[in-house]
Amino acid sequence: MTPLLQVKNIKKFYGSRIGCTDVTFDLYPGEVMGIVGESGSGKSTLLNSLAGHLAPDCGEVVFDTRADGPVDTVTMSEAERRMLSRTDWAFVHQHARDGLRMSVSAGGNIGERLMAVGDRHYGSIRERAADWLGRVEISENRIDDRPSAFSGGMQQRLQIARNLVTGPRLVFMDEPTGGLDVSVQARLLDLLRGLVREMGLSAIIVTHDLAVVRLLADRLMVMKDGRVVETGLTDQVLDDPQHSYTQLLVSSVLQV
Amino acid sequence: MSDYNFAYLDEQTKRMIRRSILKGLAVPGYQVPFASREMPMPYGWGTGGVQVSAATLTPDDTLKVIDQGADDTTNAVSIRKFFEKTAGVDTTEETAEASVIQTRHRIPEAELTEDQILVYQVPIPEPLRFLEPRETETRKMHALEEYGLMHVKLYEDISQHGAIATAYAYPVKVEGRYVMDPSPIPKFDNPKMEMAAIQLFGAGREQRIYALPPYTQVVSLDFEDYPFEASKADHPCDLCGAEDSYLDEVILDDAGSRMFVCSDTDYCRSRCEAGHSGRLGEEAA
Amino acid sequence: MIELNNVSKSFILHNQGSAVIPVMQNATLCVKPGECVGLTGVSGAGKSTLMRVIYGNYLAASGSVVVGGVDVAKAEPREILALRRETLGYVSQFLRVVPRVPTLDVVAEPLLAVGTPVGQARDKAASLLAQLNIPEPLWGLSPTTFSGGEQQRVNIARGFAYDYPAMLLDEPTASLDAQNRTTVLGLIDTAKARGAAIIGIFHDEAARETVCDCFVDVSDFSPKAMA
Ligand SMILES: Nc1ncnc2c1ncn2[C@@H]1O[C@H](COP(=O)(O)OP(=O)(O)OP(=O)(O)O)[C@@H](O)[C@H]1O
Ligand SMILES: [Mg+2]
Ligand SMILES: [Zn+2]
Repeated sequence: MTPLLQVKNIKKFYGSRIGCTDVTFDLYPGEVMGIVGESGSGKSTLLNSLAGHLAPDCGEVVFDTRADGPVDTVTMSEAERRMLSRTDWAFVHQHARDGLRMSVSAGGNIGERLMAVGDRHYGSIRERAADWLGRVEISENRIDDRPSAFSGGMQQRLQIARNLVTGPRLVFMDEPTGGLDVSVQARLLDLLRGLVREMGLSAIIVTHDLAVVRLLADRLMVMKDGRVVETGLTDQVLDDPQHSYTQLLVSSVLQV
Repeated sequence: MSDYNFAYLDEQTKRMIRRSILKGLAVPGYQVPFASREMPMPYGWGTGGVQVSAATLTPDDTLKVIDQGADDTTNAVSIRKFFEKTAGVDTTEETAEASVIQTRHRIPEAELTEDQILVYQVPIPEPLRFLEPRETETRKMHALEEYGLMHVKLYEDISQHGAIATAYAYPVKVEGRYVMDPSPIPKFDNPKMEMAAIQLFGAGREQRIYALPPYTQVVSLDFEDYPFEASKADHPCDLCGAEDSYLDEVILDDAGSRMFVCSDTDYCRSRCEAGHSGRLGEEAA
Repeated sequence: MIELNNVSKSFILHNQGSAVIPVMQNATLCVKPGECVGLTGVSGAGKSTLMRVIYGNYLAASGSVVVGGVDVAKAEPREILALRRETLGYVSQFLRVVPRVPTLDVVAEPLLAVGTPVGQARDKAASLLAQLNIPEPLWGLSPTTFSGGEQQRVNIARGFAYDYPAMLLDEPTASLDAQNRTTVLGLIDTAKARGAAIIGIFHDEAARETVCDCFVDVSDFSPKAMA
């Protein structure tokens, strides 16, 4: 089986400061990988380097494209990379307002990716937007409301709908449940888990909430000071951590 | 008149503007940046259009200036006077007589010819600005032909109003490549943009020039199930009886009686002179 | 079906003076299809640890842990996940579930994971829940609020929903009343009869004698015993 994503030696420095370095891993179709680590450990830097939001200083991010098979997305043209970001990739931001157009209705937010890839039938765009609102548990009659009228949890669910409507194969998520109430988090996690299963999505989830990865991730990567210190099956890394830093991380939280 | 260089601008500036115009003609619909000059009139009074006209005019040209179709508004009159004074060119109100027509918000009803140049005054050249305020991002979107956002705007229109409510500055795609703001002309005028004349667009405050060479393909954006319609008030002109011209609604009295008249004053007058008349034609005449 | 060879396991507590806690050495055992092996040994002898090593939840320090042809000690995460999905079931002592998911779906999930149609998976889940005396009104609720005994029965139902060729049962009969205990022992017998290889931990001696074909005393693998 060809990995969906092959990350080879990704390195990103901010001047002389390490953002992340020596990151190498393969992600297979349908796999969900969690990236954990403390604040400043390089999780977001890595995620943004993988998703094409930051240009890594070196390394390859090879994605198995539908048309041409594995292609290094770091060296592909910007046009191709941006096309990928609108079709087979999705990015869920921690703050919904970074991932939504706040001045555009919920329906327009969901429809944008469809229109971006050439959908020109209003009725069908609207129908799919309504369907996706339902899937993320937002009442269909909110379709013409702007996200500013939504609660934080709803905004986050809308952002997810907006991202998943084109049936991406790889979803990047940066703290998708950060800043939400615990009960709202649970609902969102449950929803994400269902969608990941149902759509067979592959995902890379950055979080510092170990409970989130316990529920969502098949595999875990633990980062410290810009480097990967431990990887493995999620429950194995959490229940039998090998590296001293992981042990500290796991023991710092009460029962996950 | 000898106090000014021909058409106000110095030759250096005109050359710079002509280069931008030529580049604009070479890449139809692409917004070419140019170093807009201070003009002796405020922004919003067509400083972009005036600079383009100044760089385009030759002493042999005949200039017509319209504002919303009319030759006699303050804006049109002052620009016409400006060029009479600084370029000494002939001016006219007759569309067919003019070789250069500067316009704000309309395309003349009479079909233009290959010998004519239509210069538009543009307030906001960036059609994507409404949804994406970042200039770096909109430039990238043009460069990479990412125009999905334009349809988001039309989607919003339909979802709010049941139809595409955008009536002015209706976005178009030029030669299948650049999405362009046609300036705030009514969408009724959009189909006329595929014409024999050269069309030049000048945005003074925003420092952009763009252009359409003759017979360029200009397609108004729409949805399959909400096709573009070049709509106008469903009336004939009350003065000249024209059924095919864009109409202004004029309130006549406090009782709410009103009339519809051609917004293109030259077109209406010439029809009346040719003997056509509408509902109120006789009385008004 | 399940074959352990010279498996050792120790925990190194890096943040507590790098204390090394050896828990197991040279663990070797073999379970054939249709066989149930009972693990014995005093509390703390390492029964659950061994089970977790087999499940891939704990990382073996050395040796091989082959289940259905896959060496869990060396396999990639996705290979272990596939093994857990298709081959190796595990009924742990505690139920760990996603909040909000109704009990019926918690139980049906292992079936859905291998592609069983939803209706069929739910039917199977319903029949197991009924068999284990979980009152029907509870099926639509999340088990997170259930009593300890109820949670354990849900856990068992979930563990038996799909016919795993290999199973690990960590005290499945603890805290069950006589009737439910009989039901669980029946489930184990049925699984053996269809050829499942089972490793179980049973505190209850009677239960142990009923279902186990042989026993392995985990104390034999204890490093202290070796010394
Ligand atoms: N734009 C930047 N310029 C300079 N240094 C940066 C920049 N962004 C991040 N860093 C540094 O890079 C390192 C990794 O940061 P990063 O944001 O990737 O961490 P993170 O793991 O995502 O943290 P958090 O959990 O707080 O989001 C830190 O030392 C941080 O200070
Ligand atoms: Mg971060
Ligand atoms: Zn008229």
